[in-house]
Amino acid sequence: MAYSNKAKEFFNGELKDMHTAGTFKEERFIESPQAANISVEYPVGSPPKEVLNFCANNYLGLSSHPEVVKAAHEGLDSRGYGMSSVRFICGTQDIHDELEKKLSEFLGTEDTALFASCMDANAGVFDVVLGKEDAMIADRLVHASIVDGMRLCKAQLYNYKHSNMEHLEEKLKETQDLRFRMIITDGVFSMDGDIAKLDKIVELAEKYDAIVMVDDSHSTGFMGKTGRGTHEYCGVVGKIDVITTTMGKALGGASGGCVSGRKEIVELCRQRARPYLFSNTVPPVIIAAANKVIEIISKTTDRRDKLEENTKYFREKMTAAGFDIREGIHPIVPIMLYNAKLAQDMARDLYDEGIYVIGFSFPVVAKGQARIRVQISAGHEKEHLDKAIAAFTKIGDKYKILGKKKKEIIEIYGY
Amino acid sequence: MCEDLKKLIIEYVKKEYLEEEDEQEVDENTPLISSGIVDSFSMVSLKMFLEKKFEIKIPDEKATTEAFDSVNNMINLLKEFNVS
Repeated sequence: MAYSNKAKEFFNGELKDMHTAGTFKEERFIESPQAANISVEYPVGSPPKEVLNFCANNYLGLSSHPEVVKAAHEGLDSRGYGMSSVRFICGTQDIHDELEKKLSEFLGTEDTALFASCMDANAGVFDVVLGKEDAMIADRLVHASIVDGMRLCKAQLYNYKHSNMEHLEEKLKETQDLRFRMIITDGVFSMDGDIAKLDKIVELAEKYDAIVMVDDSHSTGFMGKTGRGTHEYCGVVGKIDVITTTMGKALGGASGGCVSGRKEIVELCRQRARPYLFSNTVPPVIIAAANKVIEIISKTTDRRDKLEENTKYFREKMTAAGFDIREGIHPIVPIMLYNAKLAQDMARDLYDEGIYVIGFSFPVVAKGQARIRVQISAGHEKEHLDKAIAAFTKIGDKYKILGKKKKEIIEIYGY
Repeated sequence: MCEDLKKLIIEYVKKEYLEEEDEQEVDENTPLISSGIVDSFSMVSLKMFLEKKFEIKIPDEKATTEAFDSVNNMINLLKEFNVS
């Protein structure tokens, strides 16, 4: 047997270390469709419990929307289940082309290429356009998939302090002699819900002749007046050269991602991006549903407007209740607790109260920055928000953190 | 020279990684990576700084998180390249 005891013991040791360090991730079984109300079996073997979901990326509440589900059924009936092919052999249907055109129109870009996920889009895009004579200049808090994508690219890697435009400018000056420079950022950063200063970034890109790339996964569908994304929010539609985004969050939440932007870059992705060339095509059922999603959100801004109202309501009420919340306007609402154990304990107690949220701590966020990340959805009704606010207030009171800021919370619980 | 080197790297770490409002003190023994001041992704700036400043090339197998975890560790690494 090639799989030796030595290897087995080593791997088990690694898993044990994760348990000891508290970084082992347990999965909870959801026995209902994704929605504001879900039924969860946790711990394994327990009877299903009805809880309110405040940790999904289901920003527009479209994951189980009847029209989206119906479109998926129709897609399944008319175009089948699988394509058994990558795109360039026999994996491109008319509906794939339709979705790429719709996405380009929605995002205000020249062209779009679909990928199996945004992780795949990020894994492929850098290596396609940049070589060793070029520079990638990334915000230090970009998503892990961007970090991995940059590692697969031979271009020189630079990074700048989070959202610090002076530091970005320094890096642009430092790399002035290189052939191409690409500024790389998330549109919205997933742990804090803060928004990249895309207007300033575009200004610097124009001044220093750099390409701009934005991962807008936590933004597409609802940021900006008509939900186009962070570029609309920042007033720079048409000025972002490369946008990567996902259909796995606001846009129905199933899976699939894309590279959208300058047509030459997108075409190079079709020709050269390894995850595009060597992954199976996105299945028709997802494409059909995503086409419906774009249709729904292009027709009306009702859902993004409701999300905006829900977010504003929740943020205001939670601040008034005395929680230390990262300021902002995004439906990612970080409830700052600073101490990892406190974040875990409160999340567990909130679950008992019927509110499903997750505590995040190092290494997912910086040391001493533990928090519960709440995610608001257009699928939430006022009563859901009120129930969550009441539960948070009860548990916050139990742990005596209401009305306390960073310093005072750390005084009680430490980092 | 070693003192100058220490000062030079500490200054760079402060400028490159700390925000103005950070109260964090950095000396030659301060853990940088294991403490979270510098993450493994941002470490590339430090490596590039040392390479450019001293005209050396630090191979990947030597550019470990441990080698960059404090200013003292970096000074020890630089000694291998005859920088002191």
